[in-house]
Amino acid sequence: MKLRKNVAVSEAGLLFNPVTGESFTVNPIGVEILNLIREDKSPDQISKAIVDKYSTDQTTFEKDYDDFIGILYHHNLLESHEETTI
Amino acid sequence: MSKIRYERPVIKKIETGMPNKFGTRTEYEPMTHIDGLAVKSLVKEYGSPLFILSEKTIRNTIKKARKAFETRYPKVQFAWSYKTNYLNAICSIFHQEGSWAEVVSGFEYDKAISLGVDGKKIIFNGPEKSEEDLAKAIKNNSLIHIDHLDELYTITELAEKINFRPRVAIRVNMDTGVYPMWDRFGFNYENGQAWDAINKIMHSGKMELAGLHCHIGTFMLSPYAYGIAASKLAELALSVEQKFKHEIKYIDLGGGFASKNTLKGSYLPGTDINPSFDDFAEAISTALLNSNFKQDKLPLLILETGRALIDEAGYLLGSVISNKRSSTGRRNTIVDIGVNILFTSFWYDHRITPAQAFTQYTEDTCVYGPLCMNIDVIRESISLPLLNRGDHVVIHSVGAYNMTQWMQFIALRPNVVLIDMDEKPHIIRLRETLDNMNSQEQVPAHLVKFNK
Ligand SMILES: Cc1ncc(COP(=O)(O)O)c(C=O)c1O
Repeated sequence: MKLRKNVAVSEAGLLFNPVTGESFTVNPIGVEILNLIREDKSPDQISKAIVDKYSTDQTTFEKDYDDFIGILYHHNLLESHEETTI
Repeated sequence: MSKIRYERPVIKKIETGMPNKFGTRTEYEPMTHIDGLAVKSLVKEYGSPLFILSEKTIRNTIKKARKAFETRYPKVQFAWSYKTNYLNAICSIFHQEGSWAEVVSGFEYDKAISLGVDGKKIIFNGPEKSEEDLAKAIKNNSLIHIDHLDELYTITELAEKINFRPRVAIRVNMDTGVYPMWDRFGFNYENGQAWDAINKIMHSGKMELAGLHCHIGTFMLSPYAYGIAASKLAELALSVEQKFKHEIKYIDLGGGFASKNTLKGSYLPGTDINPSFDDFAEAISTALLNSNFKQDKLPLLILETGRALIDEAGYLLGSVISNKRSSTGRRNTIVDIGVNILFTSFWYDHRITPAQAFTQYTEDTCVYGPLCMNIDVIRESISLPLLNRGDHVVIHSVGAYNMTQWMQFIALRPNVVLIDMDEKPHIIRLRETLDNMNSQEQVPAHLVKFNK
């Protein structure tokens, strides 16, 4: 899973998609996850990193993570599965 | 090493230009305490969901209302509208603050009597009063507000039979410029029905016409309409005086003042735009003082204010069950509060505040309850800080009508707790139990056994 190439994320949590001209706000934990995705970390690695650092458990986080990824897809911010397999 | 407080990851599109239907963010502070008591501890002790009523807020509100009227008009009497919230503890607070009782059924009448209210201080409204109810009210010398001619004739007969002169008023409906006009109850002013009824009462000689009553609507946003109503009733009273040399002792303008809730579809919050007690008092007292009553013959002004006196004192605490996405990607937040105990969510966009700390990030969401029914929506669209499963929420201004119109449906109705003046909690209505429910039922003998 990859963030679209041109998508820019600032540390302050502003995300800009130059293809569509859309802007988004992301909360700090969201920025952290986006950065981990950028670093090609697997979902398991991301989950471990977050659960180690924050007061949550794996089940809760993984549910929230799936939801977050779903919304990234919804807004067309991730390379779709098809594209990555070509 | 302690971990950082977890928050769900969120991403939200920035919309420019278009005003959005979720409105602007209104919650900047969590509501962790109510009258000094922690929401978290209240829920732990008394369960979730949980109704909370603040005695402090109730007393402050009735004092404010009385002051608004009493500083403008010499004779004012409030009568607590039982249907708005008839939990005994609540009625007693109003009675301690000097309010009479305003009831609309035999059940409410008996409730007032059982609380120890003097029969003379009970106003009996409503279209459905049985002969038995009426006889009781006549013997107790209560104020009976006549709704229709059948009732008028029944009271005439009963007065003869009991040989007691009932004190009555008629309920008048009228055009005050408000739409829709409430003309189902009482006798109409404009078409002469009200004047006819007055003549029937005066000519019968069997009753004492003590007052004139109206209730022009509920959640009224126009003080001006009350000015019109007061003028019309004053005119009727003066006509009675002129024709029959009979003094009308009181004018009762009913209830209906808007509380500070926000009506569904309203662009601005009710706290900003709804009129205050002072606005209503100014319109009403001006109309009465400007009418042709002699200074020493001003009638007593009775007010049956309900929701505006209790809404803000009530809170409903609940917990987040789950966060979901709808098929279209919309955020949904499920809480343990169904519309069966929050009936007013059909009229109001109730304010909802998280009960624990949150960051500045928000999410547009639909808040709904656990009833497994599509109508079970508390807020269709609201911008809320991020909530996690198990977090608590506080729903504001729920004191009016919810604790009388609530329905027992698929679960049991929750505890109601009053926080007293010293910030001590008291259960004033116990959570229902399965035994409570079953004790009302009877199973015929042939249905008792089945193969297990
Ligand atoms: C006769 C009468 N008086 C008073 C009230 C209280 O009205 P509100 O809660 O709008 O003040 C009602 C409510 O419908 C009513 O029917």
